[in-house]
Amino acid sequence: MTGATPSQTVGPFFSFGLRWLETTELIGPDHAERIVFQGSVLDGDGVGVPDALVETFQADSAGDFRPVSGPDWLGFGRILTGQDGRFGFTTVKPGPLRTSNGATEAPHLTVSVFARGLLQRVITRIYFPDEEVANQIDPVLEMIVPERRSTLVARAADGRLLFDIHLQGENETVFFNC
Amino acid sequence: MTLRSEQADRPAVLTPDPAYNVPAYRSSGKRAPHQPLYPLPLGATERHGPTFGHLSLTDVDADLTRQHAGEPIGERIIVAGRVIDGAGRPLRQSLVEIWQANATGRYDHPVDQHPAPLDPNFTGAGRCLTGDDGSYQFITIKPGAYPWGNHPNAWRPAHIHFSVFGRAFTDRLVTQMYFPGDPLFAYDPIFGSVRDEAARTRLVSNLDLGLSRPEWALGYRFDIVVSGPLATPDVS
Repeated sequence: MTGATPSQTVGPFFSFGLRWLETTELIGPDHAERIVFQGSVLDGDGVGVPDALVETFQADSAGDFRPVSGPDWLGFGRILTGQDGRFGFTTVKPGPLRTSNGATEAPHLTVSVFARGLLQRVITRIYFPDEEVANQIDPVLEMIVPERRSTLVARAADGRLLFDIHLQGENETVFFNC
Repeated sequence: MTLRSEQADRPAVLTPDPAYNVPAYRSSGKRAPHQPLYPLPLGATERHGPTFGHLSLTDVDADLTRQHAGEPIGERIIVAGRVIDGAGRPLRQSLVEIWQANATGRYDHPVDQHPAPLDPNFTGAGRCLTGDDGSYQFITIKPGAYPWGNHPNAWRPAHIHFSVFGRAFTDRLVTQMYFPGDPLFAYDPIFGSVRDEAARTRLVSNLDLGLSRPEWALGYRFDIVVSGPLATPDVS
């Protein structure tokens, strides 16, 4: 085994290197099941993080990934936060996913956040508020102490889904390692 | 070294990654998570990842010295290596992105306003897909050291930022490549955030005269090893 290359921070000055692949529209504007996500990356004082990179990854609405999902679906989002730490993207709800031991994971997106001040990415998941039954038996949500589970479930408001990422503080988002 | 997984059904994998909260690196203060992390079981989403083989990238995308009308100022270098997993297997068609300061240590970014000149012939961003053997190659300019506000008289050692997508979400890596023998290593809390010396060494490229082109450019070799659990042979 060869030792892994360690992570280092993305730093503050990445936009000119990474914006070319910015992907805020994972599906076309006319898609019937289009979902608009909005949120902010916030620091321990609740202040927006203007130099964060948010990347999302997910299955398509049938629960498939490439190559099964077809050439037009990457399932990948990349958003550079704005001055106030805000980010937004549009996508579809992924289908439920089977685990290797026969359980079913509730529909979710995985999210990486990179930023100045983060020496490695933080990893989280976004679950859907209208999937209460599926969320209750999701094997990942089940691991988490009940009082923190809500940090992983988006909130519905005005036809959009809101999901803030609190890097630390009272409402710190649940983060994972993998 | 941090323990990655405490799950009984998966072997614990030691990673060389830095801790989140490193007081010497001031920016981590308000941004590092304080709560313990949960180990994420490898579900379908983690076993897959975005693929970028469809991108049509050109030679100019990987040659940072040919992206403008004229040639940039500075020491031309070749940076090449392989993207592999922990078992040495190549990661094919993986997207590698780099970005860096110019020869004076200045970034082409509106927030970097320190008194060093921009170079109209150098942006400092490149990208390529790895070949079948996991190999990549960039032609660029050796970046300069630059001052930053972390502490009095703080200077970053010269480095090139790297972003790599492997085969799966778990492989995703953003890191920095350094140059051998940089006297600033001992003073840099970001380089020093990797506590294990052997792991720190893996952030430093090697001068490779075989890669160099006589009368034209020195070559630096930098292999990138992703550690995602998929890379571990005994984990299915």
